[in-house]
Amino acid sequence: MADKLPVTVLTGYLGAGKTTLLNRILTEPHGMKFAVIVNEFGEIGIDNELVVGADEEVFEMNNGCICCTVRGDLIRIIEGLMKRKGKFDAIIVETTGLADPAPVAQTFFVDQDVAAKTRLDAVVTVADAKWLIDRLKDAPEAKNQIAFADVILLNKTDLVTPDELAEVEGRIRAINPYAKLHKTQRAEVDIAQVLGRNAFDLDRILEIEPHFLESDESDHAHDHHGHSHDHGDHAHGHHDHGPGHHDHAAGDHIEKDAHGRTVHRHGGVKHYHDEEMQSVAVRHPGDVDPEKFMPWINELTQAEGPNILRSKGILAFKGEDRRFVFQGVHMILDGDLQREWRPEETRESKLVFIGRHLDEARLREGFLACAA
Amino acid sequence: MQTLDSLTAKVVPIEAGAHVIGAAFLGDVPALALGDGGVLIRAGAQAPPRRVEAHPEGSILVAASDGGRLVTGGDDGHVVRVGPDGSTETIADEKGRWIDALVARPDGALAWSAGKAARARDAKGRVATFDAPSSVRGLGFAPKGYRLVVAHYNGASLWFPSTEAKPDLLEWKGSHLDATWAPSGRFVVTTMQENGLHGWTLPGREHMRMSGYPAKTRSVSWSHDGLWLATSGADALIVWPFQGERGPMGKAPRECGVRRAKVTRVAFHPGALIVAAGYEDGCILLCRLTDASELLVRPEEPEAGAVTALAWDAAGLRMLFGTAEGAAGLLTLPVG
Repeated sequence: MADKLPVTVLTGYLGAGKTTLLNRILTEPHGMKFAVIVNEFGEIGIDNELVVGADEEVFEMNNGCICCTVRGDLIRIIEGLMKRKGKFDAIIVETTGLADPAPVAQTFFVDQDVAAKTRLDAVVTVADAKWLIDRLKDAPEAKNQIAFADVILLNKTDLVTPDELAEVEGRIRAINPYAKLHKTQRAEVDIAQVLGRNAFDLDRILEIEPHFLESDESDHAHDHHGHSHDHGDHAHGHHDHGPGHHDHAAGDHIEKDAHGRTVHRHGGVKHYHDEEMQSVAVRHPGDVDPEKFMPWINELTQAEGPNILRSKGILAFKGEDRRFVFQGVHMILDGDLQREWRPEETRESKLVFIGRHLDEARLREGFLACAA
Repeated sequence: MQTLDSLTAKVVPIEAGAHVIGAAFLGDVPALALGDGGVLIRAGAQAPPRRVEAHPEGSILVAASDGGRLVTGGDDGHVVRVGPDGSTETIADEKGRWIDALVARPDGALAWSAGKAARARDAKGRVATFDAPSSVRGLGFAPKGYRLVVAHYNGASLWFPSTEAKPDLLEWKGSHLDATWAPSGRFVVTTMQENGLHGWTLPGREHMRMSGYPAKTRSVSWSHDGLWLATSGADALIVWPFQGERGPMGKAPRECGVRRAKVTRVAFHPGALIVAAGYEDGCILLCRLTDASELLVRPEEPEAGAVTALAWDAAGLRMLFGTAEGAAGLLTLPVG
């Protein structure tokens, strides 16, 4: 397990600053060697010894699951790279601006040979502070990339006013309140915030509260705790504001934006509702019955898989001392019993979904019916 | 479990030093293609093997033998032909694009692929190109005539490189990886992303599905009489019967060499119904199809990695093997 090569997927719309971030990662004095898989061969200005051109061939798996797509070229390239194992420590996959991150991510769960030798570390999305709002309107890919991200670099912040920045941040959080967000200029970010995230590692899904009140500073403070394997002693007081971003404290401002959409102001960040892509968080303050929950989540992800981009959950199963943790990409679910509930922790069960046209009432109702 | 009769004392180890991509006998000379771009040639039993830098700037991804020479395809985009004397000849340069598939045959014809382009080069050096609908993953020569099966996404194409005719598409949904043409000429078979094989009868184009594997099949080998196809991808050697018109349809495959490790490479003996099976834990067995008896060639040795290459010499007296972690060896069968 330990010697699986970590893979970071770098997405972002054209011109957002992906290549700048990539070169920053490659040239930092970290002593690591990377194999970089780029979307076009011969792309200029990538400062790395091992650069592989990919064709972005998205294949459906012939298993009756329509959203179960993989990147055929990536399977082939990783197979080839493994023949020169030892010459690099990590893999970075840069996708085109128009790419859907899901097939890339799914490749690391669906293909046995790839999964045996590599692990997906995180999906990192670079967004252009000036143009993202426009792209969210006209480019479904841009929305997918934000929704899918574990880490978002809101880049080129020097090109916008503080108000515009708050606006774009609000738009991002309307779609994905769970990603780590870093505001950057020229993709300047501590590389530790981008690499080694273990975002798909069940042992590292510690809490699934939205981040919209966090500044970069609190991100850092949190991450330093996150690197240790003993997480019992720090409280996330700043996270504590209800089960999801649709529930707002009574004191929030409510206003309408230019398109008539509801805007909440909350801690300085505007809150929007995105008509198409949302996150839904549901919580039950107690145990759920695994005999009810497992069939429900399986059926839900089978039926709604195309619309559910990402899902995560931490659950208290009746009669089980350990926390059940799962994460999913479309229809592919990965779950396991993790550490024991600590005495000071309240046994509760939480799920989050990020996806398209999610029926929040139905999700909530279905989940609450699993209560033990 | 019965004690295996052992041939381990008949194996001479070879230090390959890098992932072994392919093994072949160039005439009598054992040769190994390596992941670090080199080719090892063992010209004499006494002298250390000679190393040829076939791809000095790159890594070898695929290798094939035409019986007398080893052909290698690299991530430097080069197709290189290496002779038993260590001479090298660059056959093609795909401008840095990876060479993903490669086949060669004794008359000197060869074929390779880079991305969607499949190229065939006849014995006279004339090169033809077929642009497949998606990246080419596997190539196989027909037993007679100058014709190739080309595996790609959603099927395989049958291509006559010397004509302008549009290749014949055999459709089957999914991603097809390796391709092989039966020695009888009556079947083409591909290995698939979805842990199984798919085949078509010729010219009837009836589908043949060979499934039930716990892992992908990435190595196949036909028996000398062309009536059996040995396959990797299970915790045993799976050998499909191809005697009748409909191939293995409605018949169960033979299983032998059942172990708690997956078979990664297979190679039929050139003159007998004996199959060499290499496993993911480095073990190698010889299995006789007629009575399922087994002989141990190499005990398991997980740190040496999976067996990645197996080849018999033309006489069937010696067998060469290599592993993912750079171990290799030469088995000489006892005579008499």
